Amino acid sequence: MVKNENGWLSYMSINEIIEILSYPFMARAIIVGILISLCASLLGVILVLKNYSLIGHGLSDVGFASISIAVACGFSPIYLSTPIVILASFVIMYISQSKKINGDIAIGIFSTGSLALGVIVTAISNGLNMDVYAYMFGSILSMNNTDVFMSIILSAVVLTLFILFYNRLFIVTIDESFAKSIGINIQFYQFLISLLTALTVVIGIRMMGTLLISSLIIFSAFIAKKFVRSFKSLMFLSATISILCFLIGVLVSLLLNIPTGASIVIVNIIVLIISFIISKISDSISLCKN
Amino acid sequence: MDLIEIKDLSVSYKIGYKNIKILDNLKLNIKKGEYVCIVGSNGSGKSTLLKAILGLVPYSSGLISINCKKSKISYLPQNSDILIDFPATVSEIILSGTQNTESIFPFYKKRDKLLADDAIKRAGVDSLVKRRFGELSGGQQQRVLFARAICKKPEILILDEPCTGLDPEISNSFYALLNKLNKETHTTILMVSHDIDSVKKYATKVIEINKKIMFYGTTREWLKMKTDG
Repeated sequence: MVKNENGWLSYMSINEIIEILSYPFMARAIIVGILISLCASLLGVILVLKNYSLIGHGLSDVGFASISIAVACGFSPIYLSTPIVILASFVIMYISQSKKINGDIAIGIFSTGSLALGVIVTAISNGLNMDVYAYMFGSILSMNNTDVFMSIILSAVVLTLFILFYNRLFIVTIDESFAKSIGINIQFYQFLISLLTALTVVIGIRMMGTLLISSLIIFSAFIAKKFVRSFKSLMFLSATISILCFLIGVLVSLLLNIPTGASIVIVNIIVLIISFIISKISDSISLCKN
Repeated sequence: MDLIEIKDLSVSYKIGYKNIKILDNLKLNIKKGEYVCIVGSNGSGKSTLLKAILGLVPYSSGLISINCKKSKISYLPQNSDILIDFPATVSEIILSGTQNTESIFPFYKKRDKLLADDAIKRAGVDSLVKRRFGELSGGQQQRVLFARAICKKPEILILDEPCTGLDPEISNSFYALLNKLNKETHTTILMVSHDIDSVKKYATKVIEINKKIMFYGTTREWLKMKTDG
């Protein structure tokens, strides 16, 4: 909601929205947002099916720590958070491999440890200023050219690797022991999955914030899973849902003047509820037919 | 040279500070085209032997040499790791069986699709290819995984109790399918089985193990030993 000249709160009119959409910062936001939604939704399919979905959340907390350090030192967060989050993803994956420590524990240790570090660094330097706040909850509309450039490069890397290794990722996801028995190096692909997750989290933080980025990974794959027969159509549906929810979320956030990241999450939740109702109804219809 | 040669194979697991021996000094030779069944009670190390041959578990001492390409060995596991709600069609799953580690980027070629089609026909799952794997019956799922296992035309097919949980009729037709593959393509079969009737009917050789090899010889000799007591 914005205040008009009489001091009344009012929703934006359609004309105002069209005007905002024509600004270059908005075009940048939409392009980057679509790319991030695409990466997160494709990767989300693998992470959700392999029960790795919390890795994204753990990594985003690591992202928070690295961002608060970068902000305190005064340089662009994406350059520092990319290597640190990648490194953390490898360590988490390595620890999860060992049979002695459960993956959830590894993630729990990393995420709380990073949050603590981030909070201390933030408190010592400037306190919780707008920069850090923006990274916690996302600020897609304030992206500069460096952010846009890096986001495009990183999403291109994620999408290329994903397409090149698509068939391998399928076999590793669906049946690890069979994949291993035909000589596929499972560890390599587990680390590839962590690398891709780390990159997706890093580029997604600017848009969704460290606290909300894991929703992009989880929701669309989870929603799409109920409605498809094949792995390929799962990919397509997950990507479509993710991009649509992003676009609707941005529009809603402009209309109601609420934070974009949070708005995208709420749209996803509404779609999840609707999809749940639809699948219940179709289940009962097919029961009646039988 | 035999197809599979195993010398002094020992496998042990470390549980806490304790070393538990699962397999103790196994010696085996398996020739090409044989249909070998591994029998033994629960916990005798049957599955571990298969997994050691496949390279899924490390062995503490001994030597396993397999005289064919790694990509010519195929595996049909006991209970499939595939989750019931995993969205994948039968054709996607079978086609994934053509993958090997010889090419870095695993794109399916026309040849792979032909191989998959051939496997689909052999396993008799033509009518299922478009279905979602999770909605098939246990017997159908087993046939689909069988098709996946044979589509790269393996020289050795390793099976771990493939018919657990299937009713006798479906099991019998599965064993017949396996026998046909063995006779027609001379695929070497190495199978852990509880199903004594099918072992009697189809196996050329029997391995009975209980940590060590208790018996290794032709099925006829094994039956004779059993009846003699």
